[in-house]
Amino acid sequence: MTHGITPAQTVGPFLAIGLPWADGPFVVPAGTPGAIVITGQVFDGVGDPLPDALVETWQADPAGRFSHPDDPRGAAACAVAGFRGFGRCPTDALGQYRIVTLRPGPLPGPDGETEAPHIDVSVFARGLLDRVVTRIYLSDEAQANAADPVLASIADPFRRSTLIAVAEPGSPDEFRFDVRLQGERETVFFDV
Amino acid sequence: MTANLPSAASGSLALPHYQRVGGVHPPLDSPAYRSSVLRAPKQPLVPLPQWLTEVTGPLLGVGRVDAADADLTTGHAGEPVGERIIVTGRVLDSDGRPVPDTVIEIWQANASGRYAHPVDNHPAPLDPNFTGAGRCLTDSQGRYRFVTIKPGAYPWRNHHNAWRPAHIHFSLFGRAFTQRLVTQMYFPADPLFGLDPIFNSIPDPQARTRLIASFDIEVTEPDWALGFSWDIVLRGRNATVFESEANS
Repeated sequence: MTHGITPAQTVGPFLAIGLPWADGPFVVPAGTPGAIVITGQVFDGVGDPLPDALVETWQADPAGRFSHPDDPRGAAACAVAGFRGFGRCPTDALGQYRIVTLRPGPLPGPDGETEAPHIDVSVFARGLLDRVVTRIYLSDEAQANAADPVLASIADPFRRSTLIAVAEPGSPDEFRFDVRLQGERETVFFDV
Repeated sequence: MTANLPSAASGSLALPHYQRVGGVHPPLDSPAYRSSVLRAPKQPLVPLPQWLTEVTGPLLGVGRVDAADADLTTGHAGEPVGERIIVTGRVLDSDGRPVPDTVIEIWQANASGRYAHPVDNHPAPLDPNFTGAGRCLTDSQGRYRFVTIKPGAYPWRNHHNAWRPAHIHFSLFGRAFTQRLVTQMYFPADPLFGLDPIFNSIPDPQARTRLIASFDIEVTEPDWALGFSWDIVLRGRNATVFESEANS
């Protein structure tokens, strides 16, 4: 028995009524040792920031494990209390979002590959009829990034660079990751 | 970190695979919907393999959803104005398996077509007894149920004399990152369907009808509220054999 899947529709301009959570941006509680912060802005095709977008993140814990039954290695609770794996932050008037999390660990692929530490991202907004999906990699994981099969599938080095969150000068635990929906510097988006 | 990796080289990880279905979701680049013009990506999407991060996802809800959150008509000083309705159904995957214990979040305009949001300047009254946000958790059979007020249609600036058909926004997590879905539920026989570029952005007319709830006398409660049924179908978890079907 197969059922036709339900089509997506835009979140529209008023997602702030229903989707933000007070603790949404905190994948780990504020003040957790080892936490990193990822901040950035979401821009449209003429470089204007989106004040009505929502950024969501999903990732492995620092040991590369998930508290999820479909991980064939077994569901594993994170050793760090309060780690949720999931983050959600609406953009503000300047298009800015902020996620407080832990560094994800590297992951095994199905046939012996190794994925570099990464965070899967969904972006929702008025004007987007479906979510767009991208990935965050960290600039200080250069060696792992160089061997990552997903990054390697993107031939153009500039396009590839749109997926790298860059450590802020002087703040090694803060990374900047902007999302450009369109334009010359358009972020790489994935078909998942 | 390498010490944490299983000996992947010596064996393979058996991962579920979520069916890729073309032609159901609206194309991002749908210029009749004016807001998409500067926001829809122009570069082709890059295929992402469905590995560990994609086949897992947040399994949230316990402690986050209260039973009272499913009734949008309560929690204020008085009762909201409008037609009280029950909206219920099941969350399934495309193989017909129920999706239990998953969070559904909804938000909507009030009975006069006005959102409780500072950006909405439609000159229709706000209702002090209606915020328009709800959430619930599906039960073991994937069932959900909300009590709310039928939202009104409202004008928007997409084109001359543009009106959105009445709708409720729905957000679902499913059990994996691949299943995340945000959509809108519509009401039967809305005269605005043919004129709405958001509804019509879905290429397949048959797929559009899957967003329309059915009036249901069995759900309707005597002397109290009209009932509407609406099932939501997320991508199914299949063996890879379905890849060829998706490509055909």
